[in-house]
Amino acid sequence: MILVLEQILNGLQYGVMLFLLAAGLTLIFGIMGVINLAHGSLYMVGAYAGTWVAAETGSFWLGLPAALAAAAVTGLAIEAAVVRRLYARDHLDQVLATFALILTFNQLIVIGFGRQPVFTMLPEAFAGSIELIPGLHYPPYRLLIIAAGLLVAVGLYFLINRTRIGMLVRAGSTNREMVRALGVDIRLLYTVVFGLGALLAGLAGYMAGPILAVQVGMGEQILLATFVVVVIGGVGSIRGAFVAGIVLGIVDTCLRAFLPGLLRQVMAGPEADALGIGISSMGIYLLMALVLLIRPKGLFAAGS
Amino acid sequence: MRVLGFAVLVAALAALPFVTDALGQAAWLALATRILIYGIAAASLNFILGYGGMVSFGHAAFFGIGGYVVGILFTHHASGEPLFGVIPGTDQMLVTLPVAILVAGLFAAAIGALSLRTGGVQFIMITLAFAQMLFFLFVSLKAYGGEDGIIIRRTNALPGLNMRDKATLYWVVLTIAVLFFLGLRRLINSSFGAVISGIRQNERRMAALGIPAYRYKLAAFVLSGMGAGLAGALMANFLRFASPDMMHWTKSGELMIMVILGGVGTLFGPFLGAGVFLMLETFLASWSEHWPLALGLILLVVVLGTRGGIEALIRRLSALGRGGGQ
Repeated sequence: MILVLEQILNGLQYGVMLFLLAAGLTLIFGIMGVINLAHGSLYMVGAYAGTWVAAETGSFWLGLPAALAAAAVTGLAIEAAVVRRLYARDHLDQVLATFALILTFNQLIVIGFGRQPVFTMLPEAFAGSIELIPGLHYPPYRLLIIAAGLLVAVGLYFLINRTRIGMLVRAGSTNREMVRALGVDIRLLYTVVFGLGALLAGLAGYMAGPILAVQVGMGEQILLATFVVVVIGGVGSIRGAFVAGIVLGIVDTCLRAFLPGLLRQVMAGPEADALGIGISSMGIYLLMALVLLIRPKGLFAAGS
Repeated sequence: MRVLGFAVLVAALAALPFVTDALGQAAWLALATRILIYGIAAASLNFILGYGGMVSFGHAAFFGIGGYVVGILFTHHASGEPLFGVIPGTDQMLVTLPVAILVAGLFAAAIGALSLRTGGVQFIMITLAFAQMLFFLFVSLKAYGGEDGIIIRRTNALPGLNMRDKATLYWVVLTIAVLFFLGLRRLINSSFGAVISGIRQNERRMAALGIPAYRYKLAAFVLSGMGAGLAGALMANFLRFASPDMMHWTKSGELMIMVILGGVGTLFGPFLGAGVFLMLETFLASWSEHWPLALGLILLVVVLGTRGGIEALIRRLSALGRGGGQ
């Protein structure tokens, strides 16, 4: 029971990380119609910039603004230099151009930081573990991530449902042409949204640092899972990204934690482990295929 | 005139082993073989992507399946144990290639039947999802090497030919590529090809004409998967190796890059794209360890600067040249 609870918390933590990435991705896709494969690169940039500053200054908390700023500035630069030219193009050109950005960013990071993974320190106040309920010891840093993710979700909810920018974002994801026709400076809106998405990716990247290895290619590993979240949730829907992110995080984590053990009941150890790992890696894609077969536009698709 | 040009091109390609032999550049022959094989895979993808408007982001799955058919059949041939206790292994190319094409086609039929229920970005993602599932399935199949893949100790045999000779293998691949290309051209120019093109341009209008779009799209998807399976089987023969990497999503991305680079919806484009991509990769890699940076920047310039890929660029340049001559 304790173990299940622990894994659900781990899943929740992974889920909010996925949400942070998926929120930016789905905003960018839903409003601008751009498939941005390089979103994972922004996550990586945030992780490296924050980790570097934290290592130089010796303070985890100083790394945070550095990560946010680096990711946001990089995002704005990408938008201005590349993505802006892709709005009117078809998805193929967007896929190719942002794939090229992945190659470029990965190699720039290799040149700057080398191929070895970099490790981020934990903030001192959050090191160790605390006892949540009797018998359940849990690292508070993971709780911090969950809290931060939920805070961002609430913030985005208010931003999108209660502010003028949010109103335009919602309108834009439903009918882009209409927003443009109403005389809104859609170009500025695009830039703001892209910068915001980059900022969230950077936040996720930096927070992932102490848990996962900060390394070249870390963006692609999580990018596919993020795309799955976006598609399951329904393209353009923040609410969908949140629900799908949490569900996917928990499903993925629990499959990985428990499936090999369950299979070991019916077959030999090493084979059970291999098959269990294989099937649990397939899990999120299986889930996506199922959802799309039942609801071809995702769970919370705009306009459905 | 076009027939003559094609004949000259094929003759030049057929003579390539003598040239590389004379120059002592065996690596060029290997590169040319890879370009032909990837050209087949990219042209297969282009058939549904460029002509049918179906952006499959999981085509490496069929490529990998083709490779694994060769690898698995060889494993059972070497061990003498039949697959599932009934299917004997083999190392005969005349058997392995058709089987690879058939199995890839069966997988394409299953994946396509489900994926084609969606469209747009959802289609891109669901094809990717199925490919990833197969990727992880093969990673976890310890019996066939798992993550490490299968080593195929000898290239498949063809009666009367010494397949260990690199030039012979190249000629075999070239022959298959030429046949594939001629077949593809017939397919594109057939009424089937016209329907596929029509569905891309306006699916509703084709439906109004009484054409069942779903069935035609599925047939095209299956044919395309079979082509990719053929390429995968050839690649497994060339590398004497099959691994899950063949169906990794970055491989699907590379195939798509070859298509876009060469020219979407053109006959020769994917071959050109495969050639340019692999040559860039090879030469940049020998020039600097930071070659992905250069490759990334070149791709970026190409996609932002040209519309319609290299094929369109060549056509525009040649039109410019003709215009200047008059």
